[in-house]
Amino acid sequence: MSTIFFLIQQTMFFTIPLMVVALGGMFSERSGVINIALEGIMIMGGFFSILFINVMQGTLSGQLLLILAIIVATISGAAFSMLHAYAAINMKADQTISGTALNMLAPALSIFMARMIQPSGVQQIQFTNTFRIEKVPVFGDIPVIGEMFFQNTYITTYLGVAILIISAIVLFKTKFGLRLRACGEHPQAADAVGVSVYKMRYSGVAISGMLAGIGGLIFVVTTSTNFNANVAGYGFLALAVLIFGQWNPYRIAGAALFFGFMKTISATYSSIPLLYNLPITGYFYKMIPYIATLIVLVFSSKKSQSPKAAGIPYDQGAR
Amino acid sequence: MKKKFSLPDFTNAAGPISSIVAILVGLLSGIIILLISNPARALDGFLWIIAGSLMSPKDIGNVLYYATPIIMTGLSVAFAFRTSLFNIGASGQFIMGAYGAVLVGVKLQSLGSFHWIVALLTSIVFGALWALIPGILKAYFNVNEVISFIMTNYIGMYLVNSMVRSTVYHKLTNRSLPVAESANIPKIGFDKIFPGSSVNGGIVIAILISILIYILLNKTTFGFELKACGFNNDASRYAGINAKKNIVISLLIAGALAGMGGGLLYLAGSGKYIYVEDIIAPEGFTGISVALLGMSHPIGTLFAGLFVAYITVGGSYMQLSGFVPEIIDIITAIIIYFAAFSLIIRNVLYKLKTRNAGDKS
Repeated sequence: MSTIFFLIQQTMFFTIPLMVVALGGMFSERSGVINIALEGIMIMGGFFSILFINVMQGTLSGQLLLILAIIVATISGAAFSMLHAYAAINMKADQTISGTALNMLAPALSIFMARMIQPSGVQQIQFTNTFRIEKVPVFGDIPVIGEMFFQNTYITTYLGVAILIISAIVLFKTKFGLRLRACGEHPQAADAVGVSVYKMRYSGVAISGMLAGIGGLIFVVTTSTNFNANVAGYGFLALAVLIFGQWNPYRIAGAALFFGFMKTISATYSSIPLLYNLPITGYFYKMIPYIATLIVLVFSSKKSQSPKAAGIPYDQGAR
Repeated sequence: MKKKFSLPDFTNAAGPISSIVAILVGLLSGIIILLISNPARALDGFLWIIAGSLMSPKDIGNVLYYATPIIMTGLSVAFAFRTSLFNIGASGQFIMGAYGAVLVGVKLQSLGSFHWIVALLTSIVFGALWALIPGILKAYFNVNEVISFIMTNYIGMYLVNSMVRSTVYHKLTNRSLPVAESANIPKIGFDKIFPGSSVNGGIVIAILISILIYILLNKTTFGFELKACGFNNDASRYAGINAKKNIVISLLIAGALAGMGGGLLYLAGSGKYIYVEDIIAPEGFTGISVALLGMSHPIGTLFAGLFVAYITVGGSYMQLSGFVPEIIDIITAIIIYFAAFSLIIRNVLYKLKTRNAGDKS
C-alpha cells in the first residue's frame, strides 16, 4: 500500500508543472499564437522567483514566502512572454522563430544575470526548501485519500488543480473564453463582430506567460534545491502534453497525468521490487514515458483538434 | 520622360537585408550588455567578439571546425522547413548519426582508407532511420511531428547512452572509445594552412552538401514537389503529388543531414567522444537558429552556420576580458528574434519600391 501512496505522490510532482504549463500553452494557441517559448518562459519565471526566495529566505520562510514567489514567477513569466506577443502579433513575425529566440535567450540571460548579481559569481541559485507540507490539517487524516493527496505535498499541487478548474471555466463558460477561441479559429469573423483580435491574442499569450512562469517555479521547488538556468526540457514536454491533450483542458490534465505516471515509473522503478526484478535495463525504463506517449498518439491522432488559425499572424486586410 | 533617381530594386534581396539588419541590432545590443556589465572593458570585449576569431590561422580554422556540424543540422532543419515540417528533432538524429560513426570507427578497423567513408555513410543512415519514425507517424498516422520529434530526442539520447555502454564504452572516463585513426576524415592539407586547429575535410563536405541541397530544392522536379506540399498540401495533392511519400522522403533527407552532422563532428579527429550523460545534443537546437538565420535557404544556412561559429569562437576569447561567454548566446538570441521581423522589413522595402514606381507614372 505504501508503494502506491508513494507512486501517487511522485506522480503529482511530475504532473502538476507539466499540466500548468500546458494549460498556459493552451490559452496562447487557442487565441491563435503558437507558443514554443514555454521552455524559455519557465526558465525566466523560475529564475526570478528562485532569486526572490534566495534573497528573502533570511526574513521569510514557509508558505508565505512560496506564495510571494509564485506572484513573482507570474509577473516575470508574463513580462517575458510579452516579447513573444509583440513579435507574433504586432510584427507579424514567424512565431516559431521568435519562440526559438526566447528559448535561447532565457537560459543565457539567467546565467548572465545570476553571475552578475550573486556575490559568489556562480550561475546556480541556492535555496532552502521550507515549503514541503508533511500533512495537511484535517484532510491529511482522512484514511486512504488523506495519505494519497494530503501528505508529503506542496500548496502548488492544489494551486495546479485550481488552475485546471479555473482554466476550463474561463475557456468554455465565459465571454472571454468564447472570444479567445474565436480568435484562434476564425479571427476575421471575430473582428467582424467587434472583438479586438490583437487584444485577445495579447491576453492569450500573457496568460500562457503567467502559467509557464508558475510552472517553472513549481518544477524547481518540488524537484531540486537550486536553480541552474534550466527546467530539464519540461517546456518542450508541456508542448507535447498540450498537443497530446488536443488543446482541451481536461484532456491536457489526462495527458499530463499519463505522462507524469510514466515518468514516475521510470524514475522509481528501482524501488519497486516487482519492476526491478524484471530482466529489463534501466535505460528502457527511462525511455518508457516517451515511447508510451508515441504509441498512444498513434491511436489518438487521426483527427487533430488544433485551433485553425494558430500560427497565422492576423492581418485585418486579409479575407 | 525625365529620368529620376530611383532606388535599386531591393525586394528580392529583402531576406538577406533583414538578416543583416538583425545581425546589426544583435551586435548593438551586445555592446549595450557589455557596457552594463563592465563599462571599462566593454570595448575590449566587443573587439574580441568581432575580431577574436580572425586573429590567427588557428582561430579561422576553428571557426570552420565549429561551423561544420551546425551547418549540417541547420540544413536538416531548413530542408524540413521547406516542406512545412518543423524538425525540432535534429538533436536526436544528430546523436544517432554520431553513434553510427563512432561504432564503425571503433569496430571495423580493417577497412583501411575506406574506413572514414563507411563510418560517415553509417552516420547518414542512422540519422535518416531515426527521422523515419516521426516521418511515418506523421504521414500515415497524422501524429504531430513536433511532439514526436521531442519524444525521439529523448528516446535517442537514452538509446545512444545505452548502446554506447554496451558496445563502445570506456568505463573509466564514462564515454565512448576513441575511433581508429583511419576513421578520421582526411585533413586534406588544412592542418598546414590552419595549424593548431581542428579543421578537416568535413567543412568541404558541408559546403558541397549545401550546394547539393540548393540544386535539389531549386532545380529538380522532386524539389519543386516538396516545396509545393509545403505551400499548399491540398493543391499539391490535386496536382497528383503524393504528399505522404513526400513527407517521409523529406524527413529521411533531413535526418540524413543531421546524422551526417554527427558523423562529421565525431570523426573530426579532434578528441570528441560521446559522453554517457542525460543531456540532449545541443547541436540540433543550434541548427534551428542557424536555419532560421539563413531563412531556410541552403546557401543562407551555410553562411549563417559560419557566422554563428565566428561569433562563438570570438566569444570564447571574450572571457579573457572577464566577460561571461553566455553574452554570445544572448546576442545570437537577439539576432534570431529580430530575424523574425523580416516580414516588416520586406514590407518597408516593398513600399519604397511602389512609391518609386508611383513617381514614374
